[in-house]
Amino acid sequence: MDSVADTRTIELRVNGKAYSRPAPVRMTLSDFLRHELKLTGTHVGCEHGVCGACTILFDGRSARSCLMLAVQANGHEITTVEGLANGKDMHPLQAALSDHHGLQCGFCTPGMLTTLVELLNDNPSPSAEDVRVAISGNLCRCTGYEGIVAATLDAAQKMRAGAGGRS
Amino acid sequence: MSGRIVGQSVERLEDRALLRGEARFVDDISFPGMWHVAFVRSAHAHAMILGVDVSAALDVPGVHAVLTMADLEPHLSDRLLRVALPSPAYRQELHRPVLADREVVHVGEAIAAVIADSRYIAEDAAALVMVDYDPLPVVSDCRDAMAENAPRAHRDAPHNLAAEFDMGYGDCDEAFAKAAHVFRENYWQHRGVAQSMECRGVVAALEPMSDVLTMWSSTQTPHAGKRVLCGLLGRDEDKLRVVTPDVGGGFGPKLVFYPEEAVVALAAQIYGHPIKWIEDRREHFVSTTQERDQHWDMEIAVDAQGQILGLRGTLLHDHGAYTARGVNVAYGSAAAITLPYVIPAYQLDIKLVVTNKVSVTPIRGAGQPQAVFVMERLLDRVARELKIDRAELRRRNLVAGAQIPYKTPLKTRGGMQVVLDSGDYPACMAAALERAGWEDFPRRQAAALAKGRHIGLGVANYVEGTGRGPFEPVSVRVAENGRIHVASGAAAMGQSTKTMLAQVVAEQLGCDMSNITVVAGDTGAIELGMGGFNSRQAVMAGSSAHAAALKVRQKALHVASHMLQVGEQALEIEGTAVRLKGGGAQVELAEVAKAVAGLPGYYIPGNVEPGLQATEHVIINDMTYANGTCVVEVEVDAETGLVRVSRVVFAHDCGRVLHPKIVEGQIIGGIAHGLGNALFEWMGFDENAQPVSTTLAEYLLMSSTEMPPPIEILHLESPSPLNELGIKGVGESGVIPMTAAVASAVEDALAPFGVSIAKVPINPPDLISLIHGASQEMRA
Amino acid sequence: MKPPPFSYHDPETLEQAVELLATLDNAKALAGGQSLMPMLNMRFVLPDHVVDLNRVSELSGIRRNGQTIEIGAMTRQRDLEFSSEIATACPLMSEALTHVGHRQTRNRGTIGGSLCHLDPAAELVCVAAALDAVVEVVGPNGRREIPFAEFPAGYMSPAIDFTELVSRVTFPVWPRETGHAFVEFSRRHGDFAIVSAAAMLLLDGAGRVSRAVLALGGVGAVPLRMHDVEAALIGQAPTAELIRRVSETCRTVEAVGDVYVPASYRQHLACVMSRRALETALSRADRSAAAA
Repeated sequence: MDSVADTRTIELRVNGKAYSRPAPVRMTLSDFLRHELKLTGTHVGCEHGVCGACTILFDGRSARSCLMLAVQANGHEITTVEGLANGKDMHPLQAALSDHHGLQCGFCTPGMLTTLVELLNDNPSPSAEDVRVAISGNLCRCTGYEGIVAATLDAAQKMRAGAGGRS
Repeated sequence: MSGRIVGQSVERLEDRALLRGEARFVDDISFPGMWHVAFVRSAHAHAMILGVDVSAALDVPGVHAVLTMADLEPHLSDRLLRVALPSPAYRQELHRPVLADREVVHVGEAIAAVIADSRYIAEDAAALVMVDYDPLPVVSDCRDAMAENAPRAHRDAPHNLAAEFDMGYGDCDEAFAKAAHVFRENYWQHRGVAQSMECRGVVAALEPMSDVLTMWSSTQTPHAGKRVLCGLLGRDEDKLRVVTPDVGGGFGPKLVFYPEEAVVALAAQIYGHPIKWIEDRREHFVSTTQERDQHWDMEIAVDAQGQILGLRGTLLHDHGAYTARGVNVAYGSAAAITLPYVIPAYQLDIKLVVTNKVSVTPIRGAGQPQAVFVMERLLDRVARELKIDRAELRRRNLVAGAQIPYKTPLKTRGGMQVVLDSGDYPACMAAALERAGWEDFPRRQAAALAKGRHIGLGVANYVEGTGRGPFEPVSVRVAENGRIHVASGAAAMGQSTKTMLAQVVAEQLGCDMSNITVVAGDTGAIELGMGGFNSRQAVMAGSSAHAAALKVRQKALHVASHMLQVGEQALEIEGTAVRLKGGGAQVELAEVAKAVAGLPGYYIPGNVEPGLQATEHVIINDMTYANGTCVVEVEVDAETGLVRVSRVVFAHDCGRVLHPKIVEGQIIGGIAHGLGNALFEWMGFDENAQPVSTTLAEYLLMSSTEMPPPIEILHLESPSPLNELGIKGVGESGVIPMTAAVASAVEDALAPFGVSIAKVPINPPDLISLIHGASQEMRA
Repeated sequence: MKPPPFSYHDPETLEQAVELLATLDNAKALAGGQSLMPMLNMRFVLPDHVVDLNRVSELSGIRRNGQTIEIGAMTRQRDLEFSSEIATACPLMSEALTHVGHRQTRNRGTIGGSLCHLDPAAELVCVAAALDAVVEVVGPNGRREIPFAEFPAGYMSPAIDFTELVSRVTFPVWPRETGHAFVEFSRRHGDFAIVSAAAMLLLDGAGRVSRAVLALGGVGAVPLRMHDVEAALIGQAPTAELIRRVSETCRTVEAVGDVYVPASYRQHLACVMSRRALETALSRADRSAAAA
């Protein structure tokens, strides 16, 4: 960690839980979440804002956490992949990704999920093309995206029908 | 023949943790107060190192050490990583140093390791390490490297030839002399980067009580890594453990042992302190191995009907700066090119050329995509010249179903004969063509052209060698609580290895996937292992898992029959119990396991060896050959050169399918990778071998919006006779025919302009030049 | 790839921000961070101070003011994308925004940040050039307005002092009857354009072009206004042949080449994209209600 002079205490809520932690001002939000709060579900794939693996929800909006400083999250609300399931019940998107083999190595999955949660909040009835555009900033080297698109359409349908998650 | 679990798309064992953010990738491993490494890497493609001044870096608060080769050497048995696979083809030794200290031979080569409290501080200090370079002439393009006056990629090397060999059979001279037609072409497939979404990474820690050094590495080959490390560090086998945690994609390069693994493990040993290094994306571009740069100069001889008489030429393979694996990629290319077709005479001269670029080792496909690209391009040329339909020409030359098993005159790198063991290639191609509407396409194409649209259809066949032997061990053990523990030398990197092993075992031991725990890729869990590469793990580890599970099953039934006082034939294993078929009396697997654990002074029921467990190393030396046909439809914007892939039909045969969704996932992922190679992925180097594409904004991966509509996959199942389960590998299938099929389709779409594609990736500026009548630029 | 050390400041008012930039040495203003943060992570920039503008709320907002629309520099691209005000008053920008990066980057990225970064291939830069936006800048000596034509000093270099901040961008509102089009060629959805074209066409009662704009992004070191093409269109009946002919003149535009794309290809695309933009703009122009 850097010297105290360049450190600030950051107060924020992550997945509904309040945290107060010191962090170097130059630390990225992704590193802060992963290494200071030990929420390692958010992954770091490129650190230059292209791959989307580090996507989180910042005050409900998707953002690349490698392109934010931790100190910028002071006073804000963050949702990471760890905050999507309701206890043992997985979010419908999580369940659908498993059903449709929308993940293989799973490294891009947290960023896909947070991005898609925002999409379905904004647009509960997306077309396949809407889903493709929504995840166009999330790179996946394993799946060819097909299972992810299918899973999202399936989850959207189930969410519209009011079906819950899966434990 | 499907089972209740095998052959079914059961829920993957891996999914839940991955979806909930609870998986453990290497960067998720941490120890209190852990130190972090940043490497100082060469800025030059070729230079002598006159000196390294670490003093300013050492002065940075929070820095613990700056290690160069001089610091490491006293602790190492060898300066070099001698990991090259054996071959008589080498013309010089090109082992990588653990750290470069005399000469650097590619941009990104590691020179020093800065160890600090955080990666941030380590990077601050790394910028202050002053390396005094004396730049040397550079070999950037492998075509220039063999010239008499070419500079040497390694200063003291006699030449730039890493290895050379030839492959062939039959009488090519005669074949070409009597041929009705001979066509000659030059082809080039460009270099790419694996770009697993997770870069590489290493964590190492010494456990002081036991003196066991543990290295967690995102490696595809933990057992091989352990062997290398034990040798380098002089540690006993029981004092070193290598673990592959969850891996965020491998795609080949993670099978290689890397200098960073040696440095981080050694540093943890020296300081007795846990240490982590995580490769960042920029490092991935200059330090993780790459593949595909090959130049082929080929001739094909055919008779008047297009029957192939002979194939000959030369292959110039860019080997990169070091031998980090072997001659295997070029060998794989040379051995793959003929496979789907009956080719009476074949002669290929192969040269592996040293350049001042990142070392070349397999990436998904491992030389085979290039070979298929060349073969299929040649066939398209023949079809065009002879005015034979491209599919018809292929039909005339494919190995016929009745010829299988087809003994080719080729040998694998280990000297085993290449025998195409099962499949029906013409039937496979016919299925793909029919689904794609091949016969009707000229009508659609003409209608589109009348509206100014250029659509095209392309086809490519491949045969892939899978299941590289000789073995992959698996142990199956029923614990005394009834839980089934499976351990394997196989390593998982996203391809569902744990699910695959659990399926094979569950099929024999109760069909309850939730009762199975799989450890894959931990040298502490099983003694031997090879790891994940060459589409081998389902074939090799799957076969061992099957054998081990059968043994445990037989033992469980035998012991239970004594415990229940009934015949073995009357028993079955269902869920967590052995029971009378159809229900009734039963004994839990846990009870059986306890019974065979033994009690002092008592017989073990059934007089069996103690322990409800078995370890199997099923040996299969011959490779099993998967095959397939890909048909691609494209639309080309003739004004901009943009190629849109509008449809992909993929018919394939990987023998018996263990898990349909996983198989399809592997294929689609491979197709995406192959489409990237065909249209987007370009790892550029300038004339000084400086990389020019070093971010993911410059090196373009397939994104969701560029993928075609859902890919149409047709499964043919010709079980392999080489293993009990009848399976073949599938992890690389998707990628192999893609550049060939896309090139064929683009050429078809642009037939009105007479465009001829000889190089991939196909990029829009190139296509516009071709449309305007130029020939394809064959220089970078 | 971790940011270098720096001191961090997060002023809450524009006045404080200007004061900080004026007094701190080697300070860098941080807007949406979608360009600066990658450059920090790669250590392409090494500031001693980062002045974060994200708490300066007065810098955000969209306001229609008669025949202009004023946009605070820190207004997020996403807010522009979903603004009905922008959709009505500046549909060219709405169309351009669909090409800007991805949802995650637009959620953070700002219009002021994009204009100051001044990537010649950036969509909002091309729109500002097309519409003759006016950039308001605040510095130690107060406010000044810079017509966008004078804003680029060179490749990725705005003509503002390092003590100055862009505070607001003003766009003129064109008549409702105007036809607009923003088209671009990029390798993948969301990538920077290799070449983009923004066109605006207004027809008179006789169906002749009364006002015309054509701007090209990605071609040169700075965004280009094709004044000769505009002049050649004005007063003319916009036939397909005319559009084809004037677009073809873009072939001689000065273009940059790089390792991915030769200059000649950019020139070729300049013609194609110009034609497509003008054709689309024409198809959207209201011929019947010609501006009186």
